[in-house]
Amino acid sequence: MKIHEYQAKEIFAEYQIPVQTFFVCKTVDEVVNAFDKFGGPVVVKAQVLVGGRGKAGGIKFCDSKEKAIEAATSIIGMDIKGLTVETVIVCSAVDIADEIYVGLITDRNTKSVLLMVSAEGGVEIEEVAKTNPEKIIKIPIDPQIGLLPHQARNVFFKVMKNGNHVRQAADILVKLYKVFIEKDCSLAEINPLVIDKNDKVIALDAKVNFDDNAMFRHPDYEALADYTDDEKLEVEANERGLSYVKLDGEIGCMVNGAGLAMATMDMINLYGGTPANFLDIGGSSNPQKVIHAMEYLMNDKNVKAVLINIFGGITRCDDVARGLLEAFKQMDVKMPVVIRLSGTNAKEGKELLKNSKELITADTMAEAAKKVIEAAKNV
Amino acid sequence: MSILINKDTKLVVQGITGRDGGFHTLKMKEYGTNVVAGVSPGKEGTNVDGIPVFNTVENAVKATGANTSIVFVPAPFAADAVAEAAEAGIKLIIAISEGIPTVDVIRITPILEKYGAKMIGPNCPGLISPGKSLAGILPTNIFKEGNVGLISRSGTLTYEMVNQLTTNGIGQSTCIGIGGDPIIGLHYIELLAMFEADIHTDAIVLCGEIGGDAEEQAAAFIKENITKPVVAFIAGQSAPPGKRMGHAGALITSGSGTAIEKIKAFEAAGVKVAKEPAEIPILVKKALGDKWQA
Repeated sequence: MKIHEYQAKEIFAEYQIPVQTFFVCKTVDEVVNAFDKFGGPVVVKAQVLVGGRGKAGGIKFCDSKEKAIEAATSIIGMDIKGLTVETVIVCSAVDIADEIYVGLITDRNTKSVLLMVSAEGGVEIEEVAKTNPEKIIKIPIDPQIGLLPHQARNVFFKVMKNGNHVRQAADILVKLYKVFIEKDCSLAEINPLVIDKNDKVIALDAKVNFDDNAMFRHPDYEALADYTDDEKLEVEANERGLSYVKLDGEIGCMVNGAGLAMATMDMINLYGGTPANFLDIGGSSNPQKVIHAMEYLMNDKNVKAVLINIFGGITRCDDVARGLLEAFKQMDVKMPVVIRLSGTNAKEGKELLKNSKELITADTMAEAAKKVIEAAKNV
Repeated sequence: MSILINKDTKLVVQGITGRDGGFHTLKMKEYGTNVVAGVSPGKEGTNVDGIPVFNTVENAVKATGANTSIVFVPAPFAADAVAEAAEAGIKLIIAISEGIPTVDVIRITPILEKYGAKMIGPNCPGLISPGKSLAGILPTNIFKEGNVGLISRSGTLTYEMVNQLTTNGIGQSTCIGIGGDPIIGLHYIELLAMFEADIHTDAIVLCGEIGGDAEEQAAAFIKENITKPVVAFIAGQSAPPGKRMGHAGALITSGSGTAIEKIKAFEAAGVKVAKEPAEIPILVKKALGDKWQA
């Protein structure tokens, strides 16, 4: 789960990581009020859960009230990579002497929280990683010891000269690691960490992602969420025991298991169709779950036909077939549905579905994909 | 022969009195796995279908000589359960539990190293050596004894592949679901090396998916170290970036971890990549040549 910069900065402030004073604004008037409170040059920053805000024109320096009004008017409501900016923050402009990148992530390869520091602050770290990977210092943190102050200092001495700056940056980094662990993050990033003209080290930006698996430890996170409409559907589906991701194709998919669901989408692509979604109904043959799943597919205006691909393992195909029949009894399905049952009790499952007029059966994934694409063409 | 589990496996089930733990314990026992003990704190002295239950893994090991553990404990407590098994001297721990916080897995990793224990999973279906032993939740009826090893990040997609192999007369030595989380225990490289060393495995199927660069690392490893033929499949070619596809680890981030990159890496390493699951048995048969035993 991602949170906004201002929310991440509120967490930073809680842990005494120095951030600038900021005002959260939703209207031009609020931005003007904030400008008046600072009484000097400010920066207006779009709060949107996607990278590249600066490049998209979502961050603007304003040295006059007129410019603040202009910035607020253009940024609030603007579209950045498909997301509408509803909130901005206003903070005082900083005279930057130097900027560096500091990030913590959970890393697959080292199986640790990985510390990344680079003198190339302010730009997207992925770019640096591609073009100049040697400019990123990477250090796996020992989970049993944590991050010790001298380790933090040693890293910063590689990218800074002034001992005073290093001490401040190291103090910030030790606190950032504490945030990472205590808040169950998957990413905590300060880009850039800046040194201003008064020798103060400040987190100018803040990016924090939480580990979805750890949400049970943090019931307060739900209030921080700012989901898009598609993400709201995903979260709601999740609460119903389904894993759903909406895409923009025409073939609705319902599959048991994440890997098989991906492979089913791929299969539709391979045979010239476009998948409308990823949908994993998990290991249950509960009719209610099947009904919920069908509802997501039916409510998607782009869906022209549905492919149900079930591999019976512990879940028996005849149970799934019963669930489907029950689901179809309860809802009015107006589009072609192709179903492929395989594995445990597939034969019995197919027998049950034999007389159902709504369903087109298939024996293999390839046959099912071809049939559903054909059916979608004729809708 | 097989890798990791065989007739000498003595299994302890952590979380044996839970719904899933109890159900799959019986399935494993039915398959012939030597399930020697269960653990459920506070329930020592009871039994599940004749299998004695202990308060701690330590007690279970002392009383039964258990050498492998399978963990069905709910996610909030699962990492702790894995650490307990390692401390009690268990050398192979299979973590079935789904949804364990990543930080918890990171925290117990040094404990596994300290005690020389290997973990499979978490968030995995476990493993099976057909005809010998099952330590997992895989549906036994689709497997067949044979000489193909299989490693997969997925559950039902693994079953799909195995079913394709079995119905085409290709048996398996050991099949392992390594788990769909970003941070997991044993990965492709360790398992490829074990299959390479196993005299009864003649070909290996590797089923990967989007996210991370483990497949790329596996490809490089295969090129240098594996003499047996490897056939691969990558799921998620049509997945959009930035969206988690069910598995916590199946996520393309900032353009890396895509299926295309992985397929390219495998092909560059001389690994045949199947376009769809149905192509797997065809490629495997070709790779096995006269080692194909129907």
